[in-house]
Amino acid sequence: MSLRSKDLISIKDLSAAEIELILETAAGFKDVLGRDIKKVPALRGKTTVNLFYEPSTRTRTSFEVAAKRLSTDVINIAISTSSVVKGETLLDTAKTVLALGADIVVIRHGCSGTPHFLAKNIDASVVNAGDGTNEHPTQALLDLFTMKECKGRIEGLDVAIVGDILHGRVAKSNIYALTKLGATVRLIGPPTLVPDCLKDLGVSIYCDMNEGLEGVDVIMMLRIQLERQGKGFFPSTHEYFRNWGLTATRVARAKEDAIIMHPGPMNRGIEIASEVADSSRSVILDQVTNGIAVRMAVLYLVSGVRG
Amino acid sequence: MILIKNGHVVDPSQGIDGICDILIEDGKIKETRIRDAEYGNETTNTASPSFTKGGRQGITDSEPQTIDARDMLIMPGLVDMHVHLREPGFEYKETIKTGTEAAVRGGITAVCCMPNTNPVNDNPGITEFILTRAVQEGSCSVFPIGAVTKGQKGEELAELGMMFDAGCIAFSDDGRPVMDSIVMRRALEYSRIRKALIISHAEDMALAAGGVMNEGLLSVTLGLRGIPAKAEEVMISRDIALAELTGGRLHIAHVSAAGSVEVIRAAKKRGIAEITAETCPHYFSITEAAVTGYNANAKVNPPLRTTKDMDAIKEGLHDGTVDVIATDHAPHHKDEKTGEFDNAPSGIAGLETSIGLSIRLVEDRVLTISQLVEKMSCAPARILGLPDKKGTLRPGADADIAILDAKKEYTVNAAGFRSKGRNTPFDGWTLKARPVVTIAKGRIYTWE
Repeated sequence: MSLRSKDLISIKDLSAAEIELILETAAGFKDVLGRDIKKVPALRGKTTVNLFYEPSTRTRTSFEVAAKRLSTDVINIAISTSSVVKGETLLDTAKTVLALGADIVVIRHGCSGTPHFLAKNIDASVVNAGDGTNEHPTQALLDLFTMKECKGRIEGLDVAIVGDILHGRVAKSNIYALTKLGATVRLIGPPTLVPDCLKDLGVSIYCDMNEGLEGVDVIMMLRIQLERQGKGFFPSTHEYFRNWGLTATRVARAKEDAIIMHPGPMNRGIEIASEVADSSRSVILDQVTNGIAVRMAVLYLVSGVRG
Repeated sequence: MILIKNGHVVDPSQGIDGICDILIEDGKIKETRIRDAEYGNETTNTASPSFTKGGRQGITDSEPQTIDARDMLIMPGLVDMHVHLREPGFEYKETIKTGTEAAVRGGITAVCCMPNTNPVNDNPGITEFILTRAVQEGSCSVFPIGAVTKGQKGEELAELGMMFDAGCIAFSDDGRPVMDSIVMRRALEYSRIRKALIISHAEDMALAAGGVMNEGLLSVTLGLRGIPAKAEEVMISRDIALAELTGGRLHIAHVSAAGSVEVIRAAKKRGIAEITAETCPHYFSITEAAVTGYNANAKVNPPLRTTKDMDAIKEGLHDGTVDVIATDHAPHHKDEKTGEFDNAPSGIAGLETSIGLSIRLVEDRVLTISQLVEKMSCAPARILGLPDKKGTLRPGADADIAILDAKKEYTVNAAGFRSKGRNTPFDGWTLKARPVVTIAKGRIYTWE
């Protein structure tokens, strides 16, 4: 089996079987990462370009490590969004990147839909590393990989996602992936950041954190973008933590063996208490490691599809 | 002299819906004569009808230039009260020349051009420039709409009286609302000196919050900032209240949402103020689903809404709540509509698809053909204060006429638009009622 598309743009476009395929492939690569020699020649001679229009350390590094473990050459291009306004268009940049010989373009961009635009216009494989407030598909895939590793399954899990769902691309990709694989999703957060219409996707919505966490298998915390406060989505970080911060008391509402996840970087004391982030229930660092294996799987699988 | 014979004429201003001959002289309608039924039968079964037969049917004339409009639909030239011609300042998007060429291609013989040019049409000098250009290069009549406020900044009233006297036909800050309520109040109050029409771009900018499409599940799942339909309804409600307070003449531009139709309907029922409203073909032809795939050609302000809104717009057209169909023709350069959806400017180039999309309302039994012509020609002419010149085929009116092939289907080809703007979500659509002849400013336009 292989993927249907040369690109990985959106979880919405993937079938459950394709998600499973990526997770299985990632499991194989995770074994590789545990070996003494951590590199395979799977994509030797290929070139991966990381085209980042937004600052990112962890996602870009993760993609870079993944690409190098597969023996591709890696070129990092960071473009500050401010200079883009006056300068080159997205399409011109993409064409330039192609002319440099890219086989895979990993793109992060502040505007939703840019990877879709790129994929339509260039022959290279395009991998979405986060677009605006739309999706962050590889993050969701690594989250599912981590859940499966800890819980042995996705189907039937009760997963609570807490925080800014409206602007949360990680949350959205997770909602699509989890519902496709048969998990139950609860969204928790202030009504200003959790749109009611998401109920139509078959998830349940809670304002009350304690109620929402009752009996869940997985607690997924989201990073709160501090600039949202200025836009009036919530009155203060202090009040936010009072209502939706993850504390030990609140963790106790979940199942005894519930795991705690966070895509990072964390705001300690704003969305998550340090004692919880550093507890044995936290799998936050496993997520980082698994991210490399999952991104290796994605790069490997999209390379196998010729558009 | 021009004689148009054998066509099916629809002119609600005279209650005509039948086979008629029209005689034009010196750029004016000289005569419109209804054929009798006997002759009507004959036209359907003979290859070479002679309209002088019997000496009493049809118009007789020595040697007019004759247009045989057999099987064609004829209506008073369409009056589009909401168009962006982009000149001066944005000639790379459109000019008065190309915009009016596009208009006549779409059967439109009079356009009102919005003031959001560069410089803004907020003083009599710019108004005169536009009018001069229109005389020199325009294919159809052009009526400038002046800005309500200086620079369209929403702060100080522009010189409404002087601009009116220079030829502005109405006032609007279109593209932006007049956000400050006291400024809008003064505009509606002051414009009474010329009984001038104030056209409201009804959008609460704070509620719209920089949105780029309709707010709802689709905007959330596309990761695009949403504009709630209530951002329009709130502003329409305010402007209706201000019109009732001041006695000013208020016209609501580009109505897109169900709630908006509802508040306008209620206001008209109260009958306190003189309120009219328009919608655009895209609001009753497609929904927000057109944005899927980040199609910037479906990015427009107000945004495309839902099926429920589309149905409400149709209901509003049907029951008379919505008086006018205008295009909000908003041409943009291809480069501007290519790339990030967020950064693309809003707007659809609509002049050349307007009648084709709108005539579907007749097929769908939302409107009769007479009602359609009323909304696209007679009503805007009346609202703009031009009922004797435009929107009618009565003797003495301007010889502005659209002749359409009502039955033949054609495929919309944006690349072939006369407009410089090819930004349309309707490229490739199959439509009917393409104009085959347009007569405007005394000239006959035909294509192929």
